[in-house]
Parts: sequence; structure tokens; C-alpha cells
Amino acid sequence: MIPRHLLIAMAVLLVAVLGLTFYALRMRRTAAATPLASTDTRPLAPPISGPTERITLFVAHDDDGSLRAQSALIPLPSGRQQRTEELLRALVSLYLDKSSPHVLGSGADVRSVFLVDPGVAIIDLNSAFADTHRSGVLVEELTVASLIHTISANTPGILKVKILVDGKERETLAGHADLSAFYDVTAINQLASQLQSAQ
Amino acid sequence: MRWTNYARGGSARNAEQGSAGVPPAVARAPRPRSVGLTASTLILLSTLILSGAAPEKHFTVYSVAANYSLSLVQREGRDYVGLLEVLEPLGKVRSKSDGARWRLRYNNVEGDFEVGKSRARIQGLDTELGGRFLVENKRGLVPVSALSSILPRFLGGPVTLHEDSGRLFIGSVATHFTASLATDNSSRLVFNFTGPVNPTVATEPGKLRMTFSREPVVAPASSTLTFGSKAIQSASYSESNGTAVVTVNSTIPVIASFSNDGRTVTISPSSAAAAAAQNGTPAAAGTPAPSEPPAAANNAGPQVFRRYFAVIDASHGGEDHGETLSASLLEKDVTVALARSLRQELESRGITTLVLRDSDANLSLDQRAIFANADHAAIYVALHAASNGHGVRVYTALLPFGDDDRGPFRSWTLAQHGSLPLSRSTASAVAAELQKRQIPVRTLGASLRPLNNLTGAAIAVEVAPQGSELSQLTAPDYQQLITSAVATAIAATHDQLGAAP
Repeated sequence: MIPRHLLIAMAVLLVAVLGLTFYALRMRRTAAATPLASTDTRPLAPPISGPTERITLFVAHDDDGSLRAQSALIPLPSGRQQRTEELLRALVSLYLDKSSPHVLGSGADVRSVFLVDPGVAIIDLNSAFADTHRSGVLVEELTVASLIHTISANTPGILKVKILVDGKERETLAGHADLSAFYDVTAINQLASQLQSAQ
Repeated sequence: MRWTNYARGGSARNAEQGSAGVPPAVARAPRPRSVGLTASTLILLSTLILSGAAPEKHFTVYSVAANYSLSLVQREGRDYVGLLEVLEPLGKVRSKSDGARWRLRYNNVEGDFEVGKSRARIQGLDTELGGRFLVENKRGLVPVSALSSILPRFLGGPVTLHEDSGRLFIGSVATHFTASLATDNSSRLVFNFTGPVNPTVATEPGKLRMTFSREPVVAPASSTLTFGSKAIQSASYSESNGTAVVTVNSTIPVIASFSNDGRTVTISPSSAAAAAAQNGTPAAAGTPAPSEPPAAANNAGPQVFRRYFAVIDASHGGEDHGETLSASLLEKDVTVALARSLRQELESRGITTLVLRDSDANLSLDQRAIFANADHAAIYVALHAASNGHGVRVYTALLPFGDDDRGPFRSWTLAQHGSLPLSRSTASAVAAELQKRQIPVRTLGASLRPLNNLTGAAIAVEVAPQGSELSQLTAPDYQQLITSAVATAIAATHDQLGAAP
């Protein structure tokens, strides 16, 4: 005959096993239900300190293939380079909204902007920006024109812009818009006025 | 004794070499005059030594993992190669040296070598090296001829060594080829390869030479192939210094074009030779095109030989799908259909047309521009398809303001500069013709390659459905509506386009 204390120990262990199994299954279900946002590995930017300023963003509209000026109030740091970065981040965050007139893929971001004298700006986009971008001549051109014209309108003195993806040169944005060369700001401004006249 | 690990790419090797030969600190600075004299002497000596040096010998290894080239060294009257360098790109390699002994471990196979000995033990078996084993800078050197016996032991599979030409094939990686004259045109020679190739093409009078540096191309059954054509008489195969070379012998200037994902190379007469043939003037191989045609001897300006008036480029192709328009519809397929339709429309109007991509081949943007520029086509039309927007967009190159050309040379990125006004007027003509047919249309500048690399008039046409139905993009009547408008506009500007140099 099995001693009573052994029976009690067995029962306790059985209860513990069942309890842990239930707990593990519950944990697994919770992990599966965790929203995709948790996979966004972009580093958190420090909060921007600076006075709120009114800026003009040139927003692409896919419905009529136009570029429209839109003013916004955003806090801007004092440094010229940081200001340009924040400008573009404000523009990109607008495009990340699902109801945006020109939606960008989830996770799209501007990694950094470098202003190199004389008059050269280098925009470094993250890979999600290019990898999830919709393909097409016009849709890619609208993105490029929107980024460059927004910089040009708010940061005087920029003459040429180079777009990198993850710090590297890339042939095209999503199969069409050429990223291998420098963009001439005057040519883009002329294109932007063509795109604005489409409204 | 310690094992030294070698990652793929050989960073350890570079680090070791980099630390060698650092000069000791100089206690006293030499006088400026003597420094200048010494430097001049060194430069002079280096120049003399380099100019008299024998060309470096190369050894190319082809495998499923990688194709790579190594330098050979001459020791004891033989070609030697570093065993580590051969194995590094193929897997995990470690070596350790202890006095005269040098041991190598590749994955789980161990080899034991001894300096000065012509035998080694690999996997416990004696292996003949055919020459003495050497160690320099901790690197084990073996005669090239020994690789055919050493490598099967390490790799566990067969290798084929072409010792004289410095080429080593690991496993069944060889690319074979056939060459025959085209059935429809005996002046075109078609090479079909079993794998994609990208040779360096060079021409000289009477010869076109394709050099395969990275492709495991091997000889056909006979190293010399003869053809019953007056224009292209024969082709020969040779290999040396880690490369394979196919030389085509012709009596007229020829060019090479690539198709079928780089598996087919077509050798055909250049446009100059074709024009000369049409005029009944036989052109000597490699000679430049006649500068003055019989009919236009009094015309000022350079003569342009063009085989095709229009070059139609079905954008994307191969692995470049362009836009995924729907689950079953890719942009690259729509552009080919549009290109065929446009060719038909242009040819029905008497305009000679070349479609750059008439299959699922992948051409680089540079190749597309080179083909169109080489033909001096009067008009280049790139075709795109999109789900976004409605109707048609006609683009011309978006070029920077100002001219970056240097002297007589034209910048590749600004090649379109001189023809941009003509491109814009053609785009306007196309847009006007589309508007006549009630198709929504816009003309825009676009930073879209290869438009900026083209020397003649160049436009891109992006076709979107008129409504929300994507299936319209594949509808023949919609395609024809657009292509007939484009063809009509090109025909209307024919004289203007044709007059451009």
C-alpha cells in the first residue's frame, strides 16, 4: 500500500503540472495576440525641445497626382540640420496615417538628414521606407518631390539633394524613381509647380 | 600551437599582412636634400621594376558557393597557390603551424603538411603534392597541380583542374554553349549558354572578343567553329590566365547583344555595316562607317546610320517585376503587350521599330540606353503600367539646370541634354493625340532612367486604367487605343525627329 504522504505529494505535483500547463498556454495566446507594433524596432527619438513653429509641408495626393501645400504647427529644434530632420519626420508621420492621401508603408521613417555645405542635403531613409513603398513612376515621383520640395521651402540654401536608403546608395526608390544621382532642387521645384497645377 | 580561424573573405589574412614590415622609428630626421634624392631614386627604381615585371598570373575557382580569382606565385619553377585562399570562400577553415609542421582543418577534415616535403597526410591518407610544400607568412603554399589530388579529399567531391589556363571547377558547375547561324538571317550568329553570362566584349578589326572572367564557360566539342557565312566566318575558344575567351572572326563590323536572361548572345552586323550592305558597299571589318552616304553627300553635319527609327522599351523584365498590379498581373507583362501593340501600330505607318525586350528577359538600364544610342534611334519610347491614377502620363527626363558636360565628352547622366527640347515636343504631340481620343493625359518631367542617358529624343509613357478596373490594362482595345495615339503622334513628328542628328 502506498503511504499517504506520497499520495498527497503526487496530488500536489499533478495540480502544479496542470496549473503550469494552463499558464504556459495562456502566455502563448497572449504573445500571439500582441500587436505588430511591437516588432517596430526603430529607436525612440528623444522628445523635441524648441518653440512650436508654423511650417509648410508639400503633401502628395494620389487621387489627382498633385502636390499641395499644407501648413502645420510642430516643435522645432534650433539646429538647422535637426530642424530639417523634424520637418521630414512630420511629413512622413502624416503619410503613415491610413487616411493619408499618399500612404507610406508601416515603419517608414527618415533616419537622418545631413546638411553639407555648400547647399547639399543628404536624406537617409530607412529600408522600410523604400521596401514598402508602392511602385510606379508617378507615385514614386510624388514622394521624392514632396520630400525635396518640403526641405527646399523650409530650409533656404539647399541646391542639391541626395537620397540614401539605410545609409547606402540605391538604384531606385521602388523600381522607378532614380536614386543613384543627386536631385537638382531647381528642377524639382519646377516639377513641384507642375504637380501643384494639377489640382 | 594555436589554431587560427579564417572567416570567408580573408580578413584575418589582411590583418596579418598589414602588421608586417613596419619600419622602426627613426632617431634622427634626415636632411631634406638627401630625402628628396632618396625618394627620386626609389620612384625611379620602382618604375623600372614595375615596367619590367611579368604580368600577374591569375587562378579562377568556380563552385556552387562562389566564383573567385586568386593570384599565383612562382616558386621553384612552378605555379604555387595558397591553400587557405582556395578553401576560405568554400567553408570554415582553420590552420596552425608548429615549426616545420602546418596543419589545416576544413570543416571536419584535417590535413597535415610539412615544409619542404612533397607528401602530405589528408584524412589519414598520404597524398602526393608533385612539388615541395612551402610556408610564407604562415600561409601554406602548394603547387597548382596538387589541387586535383588535395581538394577532393577536403571537399569530398570531384574537381576538374585546367592547370595550364589556371581554372578550377568544383563539382558540376561548367557552363556549356552552342553557336549557330540564325535560321532567318545568315549574318547573325547566336550563342546559347546553359547559364547566364556577362562577358567583357571588345572589338578590333575583323574580330569580336568575349572574355569570361567569372563564368565557368568551357570549350565546345571543337575549339574552332566554322560557319558558312561570308559575314561571320568562324569562332574560336581559348582559355588562359583564369579566363575563357570566345573570338568571333568576321569580315564586317559586328556587335553583341544579350537576351534570354543573359543566356543568349547574338552577334550581328553593326548598323553601320548593315547600312553599307544595303548601299551595296562592302565594309571592311572594324572600319568606321562611311562618313558620307551617296545620296546625302552635300548635307552638312554628321551622317547618322540607323537601323530602326523607333526603339520601344518594355520596361522591367526578368526578376524586376515592376509594380505588382494585382495578384496575377505584373507590370513587366503589361509593358511587353503594350510594346508589341505599339510596334504593330508604328510599322503599319511605315516606321521601322525595334522592341528592346520582347520576352521575359532582364536588361539593365544602362544596356537599354546603350542599345538605343548605338542605333541612333530617332525616338525612344519606354513603356510603363500603373494601378495608380487614371489615363496616361507622358514623361521626359528631369535634368538638372546647367550643363555639366566636359569639353567634347558628354556626361552619361546628362546625355539627354541636347535632345530634351525635341523629347518635350514629342511628348506634347503624344499628349495632344491622346486627348483627341478622350484619354486623360499629363506630361511631366521625371527622374526616370534611362531617359537621361539617351542621346536622341526619349519619352516614357505610363499607362493606368481609365477607371478603377485594372483589367483594362490587359484589354487589347484599350492598349490599341493608346498605342495608336502614340504611333500617330510619332508619325506626325517623323520629319522633325528624323532630321535630328
